[in-house]
Amino acid sequence: MRTKNSGSGSEERRGGFQSLPINPTPPPLRSAMLNIIVCIKQVPETQEVRLDPETHTLKREGIKSIINPFDLYALEEGLRVREARGGTVTLLTMGPPQAEEALREALGLGADKAVLISDRAFAGADTWATALTLAKAIDKMGGADLIFTGKQAIDGDTAQVGPMLATIMGIPYVGWARKLSFTGEATIEVERLLDHGYDAVAADLPAVVSVVKEINEPRLPSFKAKLKAKKEAIPVWGLADLDLGAENVGLAGSFTQVVKVFPPPPRGESQIWEGDPADLAARVWGRLKELGRR
Amino acid sequence: MDYLLTEEQQMLRDLARQITAERIKPVRAELDEQEIFPWEIIKDLAQADLCGTIIPEAYGGLGLGCLENVLVLEALAEGCVGVATTYAASFLGAYPLLLFGNEDQKQKYLPPLARGEALAAFALTEAQAGSDAGAIAATAVKDGDHYVLNGTKQWITNAGEAEINTVIAMTDKAKGARGASAFIVEKGDPGVSFGKKEQKMGIRASVTREIILEEVRIPQDRLLGREGMGFILTMRTLDLARPGAGALAVGLAQSALDEAASFAKERHQFGQPIIAFQAVQHMLADMATKVEAARALVYSVARYIDSGAKDFTKAAAMAKLFPTDMAMQITVDAVQVMGGHGYMREYPVEKMMRDAKILQIYEGTNQIMRNIIGLALNKEYSKKK
Repeated sequence: MRTKNSGSGSEERRGGFQSLPINPTPPPLRSAMLNIIVCIKQVPETQEVRLDPETHTLKREGIKSIINPFDLYALEEGLRVREARGGTVTLLTMGPPQAEEALREALGLGADKAVLISDRAFAGADTWATALTLAKAIDKMGGADLIFTGKQAIDGDTAQVGPMLATIMGIPYVGWARKLSFTGEATIEVERLLDHGYDAVAADLPAVVSVVKEINEPRLPSFKAKLKAKKEAIPVWGLADLDLGAENVGLAGSFTQVVKVFPPPPRGESQIWEGDPADLAARVWGRLKELGRR
Repeated sequence: MDYLLTEEQQMLRDLARQITAERIKPVRAELDEQEIFPWEIIKDLAQADLCGTIIPEAYGGLGLGCLENVLVLEALAEGCVGVATTYAASFLGAYPLLLFGNEDQKQKYLPPLARGEALAAFALTEAQAGSDAGAIAATAVKDGDHYVLNGTKQWITNAGEAEINTVIAMTDKAKGARGASAFIVEKGDPGVSFGKKEQKMGIRASVTREIILEEVRIPQDRLLGREGMGFILTMRTLDLARPGAGALAVGLAQSALDEAASFAKERHQFGQPIIAFQAVQHMLADMATKVEAARALVYSVARYIDSGAKDFTKAAAMAKLFPTDMAMQITVDAVQVMGGHGYMREYPVEKMMRDAKILQIYEGTNQIMRNIIGLALNKEYSKKK
């Protein structure tokens, strides 16, 4: 993905690395008051996802939207860092205008402010185009000391935007954080949840940290924060507000494109057999032979 | 039904419902079985700012009224009346401060209540005094710039957990009820101790203990209002609290109806869901009608109080009497609709039926409610002659 084929005309019109190089020198830490950004995504509630059998796209009509559950842990961690060390928590999301609801809900949990990135030009963005757009929005916000994301979104399940965002910004990425602690004014130590245990890594700020649900227990919204959230002015930034061309964003700026979404073929009905192990073994053997799997 | 609630009121109710769904329902059976005091849920309520609904903004609360309070109580009672009683009883202990506290007392005691760092309790009942508030035996004797309190308060909700206790004691026994006064007694005051945790039929997540006062010497600035105001303070506190008891009943009954109706949809007998049988339908129809009638009454009285009504004793008694009798009946009916399932602890209506009974008893028995309403009617119709 990083190797650009200069001979391909179709890729020439896309954004990618040449027109927008990765930030070669990471920005310094801004101040003692941490500028924390939490990236959230509005997703359809999982158990209600339906595919349109004709178009193979998600049917979103009448489906309840929620904040991606992992992002709530990211927000909680951002709030905890703010409470422990001072600073502000700014929410950032890219999505259709109704994603504002997700931002207001998250403001009700105690974030200080929110920015919505929304423009028709951003439609169809893959993870790269999304990360690039978010990075430019963070630039416009004056940078960040600590950026939190959930480990992945429950709709696309790509887990790509966080690492790509860090790559574009030229800052460390620490994934699957299950514990975060400060070891200095601008240094953190993070326990990363792995398949069989965890490792501990140190990172300098600014950094992007993606979190797993083991890291904390998200708080309840508070009434005062919800009242404030209702009135909060949420700026909406479009293509014209960001230092990007139309060729860098949305479908045009994407390396990948969803060709087809389909449900896995049904696996047939499962059966549970009970009884004496020897009898069961014979029965399984017989069944396998019957299925021609010998 | 749409009760024309404001957006803010709906937001408040939805927040309380979220706590019920996410924090109360998953643990209510365990809290009940093991008689666990719900400190964790109190922390959740505090985080959500709900420990300060009726406390003025100047003291860190939300400064909301009776209607907002009953909306929250109803939503919490849909989860567990034991938890909701703990929460409501703290406000019962706080009303005397709100009504009669001076500025210093309010500054000292209301902010920790609003933040949910402390709970309050209201201590009126004694072994020989409950409905008959004039028969109080606890005494408070003035000694220089202090009062010395002696006596035993019985069945006090939140006692032993609450930091702030409003205690009614006699400063002048000769005057009967007019000789009662109200004091703020802190949990840690020397001479204060607590009896064993009572074992109850229902609301087992809440605690009920004796408060034992032995030569409790407290500064005179702990007196609420003036000497002799204990009785009027008690009456006004209970007037404000009674729609709350009604709201607990509405939430409980709604929850029992929800369980019974959902069950009746699922349970099949004779080849059809039992909700298709008229015998069951009629029971559910009566239950739903009574719940809605009770809710309408509670909201109306709450709005009447919020309008600045001066004398709402009769209305408040009605807002406690009808819903709590209704909740007892509805929970019994819910168990009946669910049959053997309803009687089993595995299903929540068994607990709901046990929890309902106390609502007819505490904060003034329903017989006392009828006395209050009857007395008011007697007065009203005498004037009309």
